[in-house]
Amino acid sequence: MNIAVCVKQIPDPATPGELDPESKTLKREGKLILDESDSYGVEMALQLADAAGGGEVTLVSMAPNNEVSGLRTALAMGAAKAILVSDDALVGSDSLSTAKVLAKAIERVGDIDLVLTATESTDGYTGTIPGQVAELLGWPSLTFAKHIEIADGKATIQRQTEAGYDVVEASLPAVVSVTAGVVEPRYPSFKGIMAAKNKPVDEVKVADLGLSADQVGWAGARQTITNIEAAPAREAGEKVEDDGTAHERVVAFLEQLKVI
Amino acid sequence: MGIPKIWVYAEAEGDKPATSTLELLTKAREIGDTVECVYVGVNADALAGALGEHGATKVHAVDGGDVLAGVVGAAALAALIATEQPDLVLFAQSYDGRDALSRLSVKLDRPVLTNGTDLKVDGDSVLIGTAIFGGNTLVDTVFEGEKPFLAAIRPKSFAAEPGGGAAAEVVTAAPGDAGRGAEAKVLERHIEEREGPKLEEATVVVSGGRGIGSAEAYEPLVEELAKLLGGASGASRAIVDAGWVPYSKQVGQTGKTVKPKLYVALGISGATQHLVGMKGSDTILAINKDSEAPIFSVADLGIVGDVHKVVPKLIEALKARG
Repeated sequence: MNIAVCVKQIPDPATPGELDPESKTLKREGKLILDESDSYGVEMALQLADAAGGGEVTLVSMAPNNEVSGLRTALAMGAAKAILVSDDALVGSDSLSTAKVLAKAIERVGDIDLVLTATESTDGYTGTIPGQVAELLGWPSLTFAKHIEIADGKATIQRQTEAGYDVVEASLPAVVSVTAGVVEPRYPSFKGIMAAKNKPVDEVKVADLGLSADQVGWAGARQTITNIEAAPAREAGEKVEDDGTAHERVVAFLEQLKVI
Repeated sequence: MGIPKIWVYAEAEGDKPATSTLELLTKAREIGDTVECVYVGVNADALAGALGEHGATKVHAVDGGDVLAGVVGAAALAALIATEQPDLVLFAQSYDGRDALSRLSVKLDRPVLTNGTDLKVDGDSVLIGTAIFGGNTLVDTVFEGEKPFLAAIRPKSFAAEPGGGAAAEVVTAAPGDAGRGAEAKVLERHIEEREGPKLEEATVVVSGGRGIGSAEAYEPLVEELAKLLGGASGASRAIVDAGWVPYSKQVGQTGKTVKPKLYVALGISGATQHLVGMKGSDTILAINKDSEAPIFSVADLGIVGDVHKVVPKLIEALKARG
């Protein structure tokens, strides 16, 4: 079974994000890392390919400046190869344009039975890419999976709901979005890291995918950011060091709030 | 001058409209001339009263059978939009809402704005406000191009208030052609048992983070305190990812947004991912042993201490009060 995993390379979430005052987009020029949300899809794909007794796991990514550091992390986990779309025309792309690029890239890889994605990225978190990619490919989508089984040409998932979960199935090929916690991602081994350096990354431009520049980037986004401002700051209140009696201060606080 | 026609993609919890749907209707009725709903399900008649009371005059009801609701919703919406021409379609930032919105955006080739926390109209412009970087930066974005504009709004962004309208008229609509998307079928539904109030609606929320140390500590610390305060128990993403508690308890960007009267954060550092889901609480109490934890920058009362020492004493003191 051949599986494509959509992965995003993002600025390290541990360092505070910043908007570029000119382009009003998230600054992404520094080193990018594999979005942790995508490590679950990569691990799931590796396990499903193993269980199916063969097939390749291919990473599909779109990033500025031919960035590959995040891809190398996922390749080190065990993915076989990657396709990377990097093009100046993609600056300012919204989720629909991004989905168009990813769907075309998946078609370029070809012979894919299953596409795995996260439910949303950590930095942009629009949360619509899985459904958009599925619709563009003309495939069923099983979203918010916390458990996946593949058998008899079908994917069956436990889909997270507001009240609990639903069991949902669809025939392959299909797109499945996985929640964090669907599986425990492995740490890349030293051997994996060394092997990843030589794994193939197919670097392509927008034109190679048969998309025109006006379908993506700012031209395709059809939205304008009109204002950016700091939110009214929430004032930090009183800070108390516990000397063994802090619970008494909390009780007084709860009384004052009339919670008790 | 409002928006001529606004549609709300309605969702239900049993035979009641979801609170997020009523929130959207309340806002839509303030800024729109005509407000209608599109709903996938067989019980539209049961919802019509509450939907009407909150501003909808009509419900386009679609019976999608056992097909995943959002997939049916997108196909039905695409067909209906062609003839009915709404100017703006609003979705809750929910599971089904996101399924419907994402597929619809491709069918119509329209961009989407999601995670909205504000919605404003200025002449012909429709503006969506979002809060980024854990809520410390507000960004306004306006739609360009052809209508309808498509947006998803985070639950709890607006208050749900009845406006006294009559029950909405229920009109049956065709499910439309979802293509291979319709192969996604729901086989079983599981409802998780819950004690006490609903997380999103509780007036007190007590959440635990990695600082509680282990899955075993969640019940005696977090759940016990929540119970004593008549509240609901929540969690940070870290301990949900670690498998200590189910995803339904997660508060934050990828989880639920809560705005209780009191939010209690136990052993939660306060990553931006978490802050975005609870910063709107009236009052925040944080207990964490790291005095530099970002949670203290939003806490009205911050206790720098070990949750394993402070919380058991607090629970004992609350129990002693009877």
